[in-house]
Amino acid sequence: MGHYLLRRLLIALPSLLGISLILFVLLALAPGDPFGELASNPNIPPEVREALRVKFGMDDPILIRYFHWLVAMLHGDWGFSFASRIDVDQLILQRIPTTLYVIGTAQLLALIVALPVGVYAAMRPYSMFDQIASTVAFIGFSLPTFFTGLLLILIFSVNLGWLPFVYRADISASGWQWYWEYIKQAIMPIAVLGLFQAASYTRYVRSAVLDVIRLDYVTTARAKGIGERKVIIKHVVRNALIPVVTLVALQMPTVFGGAIVTEQIFRIPGIGSLLISAILANDTPVIMAVTFVFACLVVLFNLLADIIYGWLDPRISYS
Amino acid sequence: MVGLTHASPTVEAVRPVAKRERRFSPGREAFRRFRRHRLAAASVVVLALLALAILIGPYIWPVPINEIDFTARLSPPSWDHPFGTDDLGQDLLSRMIYGGRISLAVGFAAMAVAMFAGTIIGAIAGMSRGVVDAVLMWITDLFLSLPQLPLLLLVIYLFRDFLKGLVGPEGGVFIMIVLVIGGFRWMPVARLVRAQFLSLREKEFVEAARALGASKSRLVVRHILPNALGPVIVAGTIDVAAAIIAESTLSFLGLGFPPDIPTWGRLLFDAKDYLDIAPHWALFAGGAIFLTVIAINFIGDGLRDALDPRKVM
Repeated sequence: MGHYLLRRLLIALPSLLGISLILFVLLALAPGDPFGELASNPNIPPEVREALRVKFGMDDPILIRYFHWLVAMLHGDWGFSFASRIDVDQLILQRIPTTLYVIGTAQLLALIVALPVGVYAAMRPYSMFDQIASTVAFIGFSLPTFFTGLLLILIFSVNLGWLPFVYRADISASGWQWYWEYIKQAIMPIAVLGLFQAASYTRYVRSAVLDVIRLDYVTTARAKGIGERKVIIKHVVRNALIPVVTLVALQMPTVFGGAIVTEQIFRIPGIGSLLISAILANDTPVIMAVTFVFACLVVLFNLLADIIYGWLDPRISYS
Repeated sequence: MVGLTHASPTVEAVRPVAKRERRFSPGREAFRRFRRHRLAAASVVVLALLALAILIGPYIWPVPINEIDFTARLSPPSWDHPFGTDDLGQDLLSRMIYGGRISLAVGFAAMAVAMFAGTIIGAIAGMSRGVVDAVLMWITDLFLSLPQLPLLLLVIYLFRDFLKGLVGPEGGVFIMIVLVIGGFRWMPVARLVRAQFLSLREKEFVEAARALGASKSRLVVRHILPNALGPVIVAGTIDVAAAIIAESTLSFLGLGFPPDIPTWGRLLFDAKDYLDIAPHWALFAGGAIFLTVIAINFIGDGLRDALDPRKVM
């Protein structure tokens, strides 16, 4: 397992480098001066601007600039946020737990919904349940997150008044009240993100289980007299999960896109809403850093998927 | 073959019929299969109606999109304003028609970009062995693991002003959004085309063509590509829906087209602050996006049954 993990890590490294190269080339190709905004800002003296230009190596040859930039990024020296007047890494560290919490819970919700529904639908293909589940899933992933978010706000906040539609980091209540408020404000964002993912995952699970359930070894397991429940859980689902893990990992970029939208709708103070506000404030260092963090997260989750893959499919780990 | 389960019910239903009757050309056969998928057939009608409404709408409903009428602010649907009005009293029906043109144009143009880039890269990777193939596939995988929305936002942030100066605000943003959305969606097409090429290039009919002295480019264009197109068309259909969602997302975040151009996503963005007093505003815009996307997705599903009748054991 350790060997396998190391190899996976080594494969992940070039893609991180590739992503950093793409980011850097974008920044370098961008017309105009990323620090042009500072020139028109009277609060920043010209010396500071010059120092920043030198620090970011704006006048060096491009390859040297890339290496300098990369080294700085690896050192955690991500620059200074012009808008928030705080180091970028500090800013991101403050924001990232909220994002991970929302995304993680939403993924959990998606799997909790998608696994049973997908498996049950595949056990009885073209039954009433399967057709309803398939149609609902189809509708679910055709509904963009920004629309479902607004719909939920309209129903549960505006009409019914049950749930707050602004996510607050500083809840004034304490004790149980605090937990209750905290859960209440997280319900809608997590539902929006989780159910959207659940819709596509249900389809993946259904088709993966359909692929597996007719194979000979399942018939063998049934013939040996193993209970249907055990056959499904131990024999079918475990093998069906292998392609599902790959597809879920491939979905990660979409998940982060959905997280940005959801954070923006519900004003969750995560790195997604940080990205949007940084773009609106022309805060280049923050934009670059957040994009890089998102890219790292995608690579990280792909790595995680590889590890789960190795655990699900013993043939892989030792090869 | 006891216990054969098809990926879709329509495939199963078609088989015996096709055997009983005369053989049709592949195109007609596909059309017959497509018609079997009732939701897909209905979706074609819905999408055609939408497209028609968007195309001839301005002639039937010639209300300007920016006519401000403060006496009719945020009014719900009425005979004067079938879809109601927004916070400046502008007619939502004509704004929706205008936005629909942009959304559909972006969707199809971005799909064309993605198909074009994906087909070329996939074809090159599929025809060449060794290093070229490996490098192209590595790039494809790299692009697949890029966080698309943050990068879209980054590219638009960095290049917005440049293109605005080059081709004007509307055209510049349109070109950029189409290129960027298409540029982040070619990977599945490239993989599909490569996989098709890898199997097709070893087939007898390709070998026969090669033995007759067909050049490599003729092999690709005349013999391999037409046979590889089925799954590509399906992927392209889904891409239209994805591009429409991507464009609406950008506009919804306030970072797509300029604020005075009412795309569907932009309408939702403006409407979200008035959810309590004017819910119709958000509902019409969101409903239009949803209807278009689900219709296109159903059509893609139907096309998959029609063009790619793969059985699932």
